[in-house]
Amino acid sequence: MQDILTLGFLATLLATAWRLATPLIFASIGEVISERAGILNIGIEGTMLMGAFCGFAATFASGSLMLGLLAGIAAGVASGLLFALLTVTVKANQIVVGAAINLLGLGLTSFLFRTYYVSTGRGVEIAPPIDIPWLSDLPFFGEALFRQNLIVYSTVIVTILAALLLYRTSFGLTLRAVGDHPKAVDVAGRSVAAYRYAAVLMGSGLAGLGGAFLTLGHSNQFVEGMTSGRGFIALAVVVFARWSPVGAFFVSILFGLFYALQLQLQAQPLLNISYQVFQALPYLMTIIAVCLVGGKSAEPRRLGVPYGER
Amino acid sequence: MTQIDQQGRGGAATPPPLRILRKAASAGLAMMRPAAALAVALFCGTVLLGLNGFDGISVMIGMVFGVFQDMRSVSEVLLKAVPLILIGAGLCVAFRCRMWNIGAEGQFYAGAVAATFAGVSVEGLTAWLYVPLITLAGALGGAFWGGIAGYLKVRFQASEIVTTIMLNYIALIATSYLVTGPMKDAQAAYPQSARLFREAWIPNLIPGTRLHVGILVALVLALALYVFLYRSSAGYAMRVVGINPFAAAYAGIRTRGNMVAAMCISGGMAGLAGAFEVAGVTRRLYQSISPGYGFEGIAVALLAGNNPLGAILSGGLFAVLRSGAELMQITSQVPQVLVLVIQGIVILSVVAFAAIRWQPWRKG
Repeated sequence: MQDILTLGFLATLLATAWRLATPLIFASIGEVISERAGILNIGIEGTMLMGAFCGFAATFASGSLMLGLLAGIAAGVASGLLFALLTVTVKANQIVVGAAINLLGLGLTSFLFRTYYVSTGRGVEIAPPIDIPWLSDLPFFGEALFRQNLIVYSTVIVTILAALLLYRTSFGLTLRAVGDHPKAVDVAGRSVAAYRYAAVLMGSGLAGLGGAFLTLGHSNQFVEGMTSGRGFIALAVVVFARWSPVGAFFVSILFGLFYALQLQLQAQPLLNISYQVFQALPYLMTIIAVCLVGGKSAEPRRLGVPYGER
Repeated sequence: MTQIDQQGRGGAATPPPLRILRKAASAGLAMMRPAAALAVALFCGTVLLGLNGFDGISVMIGMVFGVFQDMRSVSEVLLKAVPLILIGAGLCVAFRCRMWNIGAEGQFYAGAVAATFAGVSVEGLTAWLYVPLITLAGALGGAFWGGIAGYLKVRFQASEIVTTIMLNYIALIATSYLVTGPMKDAQAAYPQSARLFREAWIPNLIPGTRLHVGILVALVLALALYVFLYRSSAGYAMRVVGINPFAAAYAGIRTRGNMVAAMCISGGMAGLAGAFEVAGVTRRLYQSISPGYGFEGIAVALLAGNNPLGAILSGGLFAVLRSGAELMQITSQVPQVLVLVIQGIVILSVVAFAAIRWQPWRKG
């Protein structure tokens, strides 16, 4: 009991939490952008898998980490294009299309992985941790905050950029208006569809990047279904964070903390609490949070409704 | 999504034979879209196989028709169709009421756990009592699990999409806890529950196969849900809530009660499927007792156009594809996950074809 509450334990926990939260941060911020424009994309689980697989495949073939990350983003954007085509242009039901993209993402990546890579068993070299000079030697936060890899650091930049984009640019203002009151945007002479396309593509691209982190910054291998529900968790993070990018960052870290705690407890049990309790806790918390948020106050008013439908 | 059914269009003045003919024609037309979507998906699957160095056409033919070789493999298809039809038909009800129940997987687990609990704890019952008891336990377990999301929706406006997904995980984790802890078979090395009492087993339908009477129950219940949705005023009310909750409330329909009921019905069907799986196939509870039936059920309902009768066909079809894919993996080393790609494309094609009425030149 004593040794778990030492600073060393906490520092490791925090470091692991941020790393485990990284794919969630990318995916949930992407989903914030997309939902702010009124598009509920439940297909990000599949999109993340495509990002994870394409990132892995590109780095595997070229040996370049950068190329892998770009491929992950490109895979996300491609899946977003399919999603936007069907939901914005064709105005199909977003949940139906999202469910299909999830099936497609799981099926395609597993199929291609089994066909080409499963027998090689070889991994890729993952992004190395980068020490921030002298900050990484700080006693407690040093390891947690300043000895991570580049992709983990970039979550901060992405969060700030997303917040600036949504709240400090005219593009962001219009994008949010598209989610709340698309008619007003239309009357003002701007294309609702164009903004929704932009939001979905950005969101899916970020989800693809989050997926690519799994193969290029976390484990060095692709595993079938390796997102294991992170895309769905990201949906919950968005509600929990009340559709704010900065909120999504911190809520993701909170979820990461629970993942990390549960991993640590599987290694060294504590107080006879089974680790499944900690496994279930984030999900339980999400349900409670969703009830408290009550959906309506912060939710974009036209979320999930194709424009032009009464 | 909310296509209003085309029944009753025949009008009273049309003579009966013509009316039947017209009904048949409209049913045929309704079948066209899924059939075309399936064709597109199989075509895409063939191309995907071809691009990756497989003999696409022969693999596809083997996948679709290979399972019809003998009685045994057909019975295995029907066995897989049981949960798919049950879950799919149940989800039709939820989707018609515009409750986006993504949680059939969790409800399946809840039903399986409840059924197992009933099946290992009560001793000395006859099969005539035990089988109904265990199926009822499963249905109630699933209905309860689905009802939670329904209640949270009407009480707190909590998005049922998020809560059902979370409840999926909680059900999975709880099952894993139960079979490694309180419900674990003391003699077994693997995490699994004790074996259900023999009296609780679902009776076999065809001797020599694993097919049990659950398939008949699934067919009857799908029909019953169709009658409920389209031939009863309660079902009509539920559909009105799905189309326009405000109009429903204005007409004096209890929208909240209907939403919770829709979740309970779909959850109950998934729970029943879980009970059948435990008591009809595996006889024990395992950590991963469902190979994703709950998620596949969503596709079944969507392909059926949210019509429970259609779910019989689409559930059967997906069972054929699933079995065919297993066969394909054995005979030609094609990964069976291909079936997920085909399912995804089927759904996307259905929504794309539904938009054929979409006219880009007419703005608005």
